[in-house]
Amino acid sequence: MSDFEPKIVAFFCNWCTYTAADLAGTSRMKYAPNIRVIRVMCSGRVDPQFVLEAFAKGADGVLIGGCHPGDCHYQRGNYKARRRILMLQRVLEEFGIEKERLRLEWISASEGDKVRKVANDMTEQIARLGPLRRGDEHG
Amino acid sequence: MSEEIRVGVYVCHCGSNIAGIIDVKSVAEEASKYPNVVVSREYKYMCSDPGQALIQEDIKQHNLNRIVVASCSPLLHEHTFRNATEKGGVNPFLFQMVNLREHDSWVHEDKEKATKKAIALVRAAVRRVALHSALERKEVPINPDVLIVGGGIAGIHAALTLANAGKLVYLVEKEPTIGGHMAKFDKTFPTLDCAACILTPKMTQVRAHPNIRLWSYSEVAGVDGFVGNFRVKVKRKPRYVDEEACIGCLACIEACIYKEGKFPDEFNMGLSKRKPIYFPFPQAVPQLAVIDPETCIEFKTGKCKKTCVAACDRNAIDFTQKETIEEISVGTIILATGFKAFDASRMPEYGYGTLSNVYTALEIERLVNSSGPTAGEVVLKNGQHPKSVGIIHCVGSRDEKTNKWCSRVCCMYSLKLAHLLREHTGAEIYNFYIDMRAPGKGYEEFYDRLLQEDGTHFIRGRVAEVTDWAMTEEEEGRLVIRVEDTLAGFVRRIPCDMVVLSVGLEPTPDAQDVRRMFNISCSTEGFFLERHPKLAPVNTFTDGIFLAGTCQGPKDIPDTVAQAGAAAAEALALIDRGSIELEPNTAYVVEDKCSGCHTCIALCPYNAISYDEEKKVAQINEALCKGCGTCVAACPSSAIVQRLFEDAEILEEIEGVLL
Repeated sequence: MSDFEPKIVAFFCNWCTYTAADLAGTSRMKYAPNIRVIRVMCSGRVDPQFVLEAFAKGADGVLIGGCHPGDCHYQRGNYKARRRILMLQRVLEEFGIEKERLRLEWISASEGDKVRKVANDMTEQIARLGPLRRGDEHG
Repeated sequence: MSEEIRVGVYVCHCGSNIAGIIDVKSVAEEASKYPNVVVSREYKYMCSDPGQALIQEDIKQHNLNRIVVASCSPLLHEHTFRNATEKGGVNPFLFQMVNLREHDSWVHEDKEKATKKAIALVRAAVRRVALHSALERKEVPINPDVLIVGGGIAGIHAALTLANAGKLVYLVEKEPTIGGHMAKFDKTFPTLDCAACILTPKMTQVRAHPNIRLWSYSEVAGVDGFVGNFRVKVKRKPRYVDEEACIGCLACIEACIYKEGKFPDEFNMGLSKRKPIYFPFPQAVPQLAVIDPETCIEFKTGKCKKTCVAACDRNAIDFTQKETIEEISVGTIILATGFKAFDASRMPEYGYGTLSNVYTALEIERLVNSSGPTAGEVVLKNGQHPKSVGIIHCVGSRDEKTNKWCSRVCCMYSLKLAHLLREHTGAEIYNFYIDMRAPGKGYEEFYDRLLQEDGTHFIRGRVAEVTDWAMTEEEEGRLVIRVEDTLAGFVRRIPCDMVVLSVGLEPTPDAQDVRRMFNISCSTEGFFLERHPKLAPVNTFTDGIFLAGTCQGPKDIPDTVAQAGAAAAEALALIDRGSIELEPNTAYVVEDKCSGCHTCIALCPYNAISYDEEKKVAQINEALCKGCGTCVAACPSSAIVQRLFEDAEILEEIEGVLL
């Protein structure tokens, strides 16, 4: 268990969180290498199917990063994302997947440091929870 | 799809930026094993000409039809590599970029883990790109008219540049006059030419220019649309004086029932008084009187004799004026909304607002100005001339408690004020500084000049406090500056008659609202965020919106004017091209799959989706679609497809990063 490296799939919106992750890079902030970023134009693009697929295919956590409420580049896509994620967390819990494994964060383009904090924090949290047990693993 | 997929993978070293952490050789080697990959290389600088040529040669030689470049952020170089792909004869959208630098080598220290992550990211891109299809870029025409928000020196310079190029410019300024902060300055560093002498001719040019619509006392109330075609609502506040009729003769002000000014004059930083009907300052543009309804008796009681109305032989005064909204269409927008000076009362230890004879630098600009409240005579509250003046640098700058950034102009304007105060009063001048920053043409020389001026002293140290608590007879009745002289190595008490606080520059209080309205971002400290600090310093992340001046960060007048010119040039480049290509990431409905449930219609923030009553399916107007993909994620039948972000492509990417 000690050498468990959580795999976290991150969906970052192009305008805020992806740019913030770039800023973390240009500022040479260091964080856990466990998140793998997939760029979407808006957090509202994140289909619940993507989240389920990520868990099914081996992710131990899924992180979605969008613009702060009121700041969405597309007016209100992030609110749509929030509704979906809250709903999805409840569904996941029904399936025995801790809701902490799915996380939604508002990270604006200037918050490079928040990317670092969230990436580290979530990696630690998932490391504590341990690997996600999938149906096929316990027959 | 019958076509054979042939992928070329290019892993960039970026000097040692990527290769220093990530084992680029093994990433390229690993990638060569993936299905469809025909060529996999690593190269020192992919963005260089030889790097791009490499892609083009490989396309020809190996018949490639998909390209993956693993280098820096797509926000920086996606455009570069799409072009290289296109030049090689492959559709630019049959390309995928991997962010190995900003998202991997720059943020991770463990080489092994960083390399493992790089491999996963490249694998995801290789899988994804196989599903890409050739796309056409949409072109939209650019409306040649330009909106400039803010009428300080930045907005003025940009407006004149564009207007001289023959473009119609709407210049919107929220104050009753244009001119901004620069109009309040006395002289400008390092040349000491008078601010008004260089600014006011430009202001009158703005007023007279046939291509400029100057809307002062107005604010942008709403922005809609996108690059090339913005629709803007401008709120025009009532000045209660008819703009067409008023000739700026001042008779109304003369005739006002208040014989003397009674209310703080904003232009003179409250150091003089104005009447309810006033002129912002003698060279104001436009040359129009304005009535302040907060102080005018007629507005407060309705019982004024209205002597101003009687005095105006052009019947220009109109108490019934209402706020109006103008709607305009423009293709590009330049934001030049300026800065706010740091509020010195936030540092009570310096006594601003509690001790008399403590001033901010902007107040001193007015005091030394010959058209200022004292006609340029620098006097203390008791009417005497100061014999010694302390200038405290970095007030609200380079300070953990207030603002951490350097405001860039304060050292230089402090030197200028030191010179002017010495010139006006003959007083001994003490500069209290942390570091002296004079990085500009002729700036160091100006500093040298001040160092040699008699009666000007420099003390290195951050001032602890300004107090009126005297400990010696010499200090009696004066202000005392307590400071650790870090060069001499002891604490000193310097008695002064007058203290000047060199306040820093901050974002304007409404910067966050402006940012939201124009759909742009702010950097951490709250100034507007440029697209790239070096390569796109006047662009924003929103196409067609540009930045000029201190709204982007503290800067002096030369830099502000240079940036305003750059913003105007960027706008011109768009306008003269006539059209702009948009990302083809719009969505469309697969009619066979659509059940006509209406879910998507309510979700679209742009009303781009409608219901086709005949076919009983949803329809997307791609001219209105901005490509957020919210409808795609919501469609219960997976009947909506977003180009470049198709479900299948993203699902491949997910699997790719996880394998």
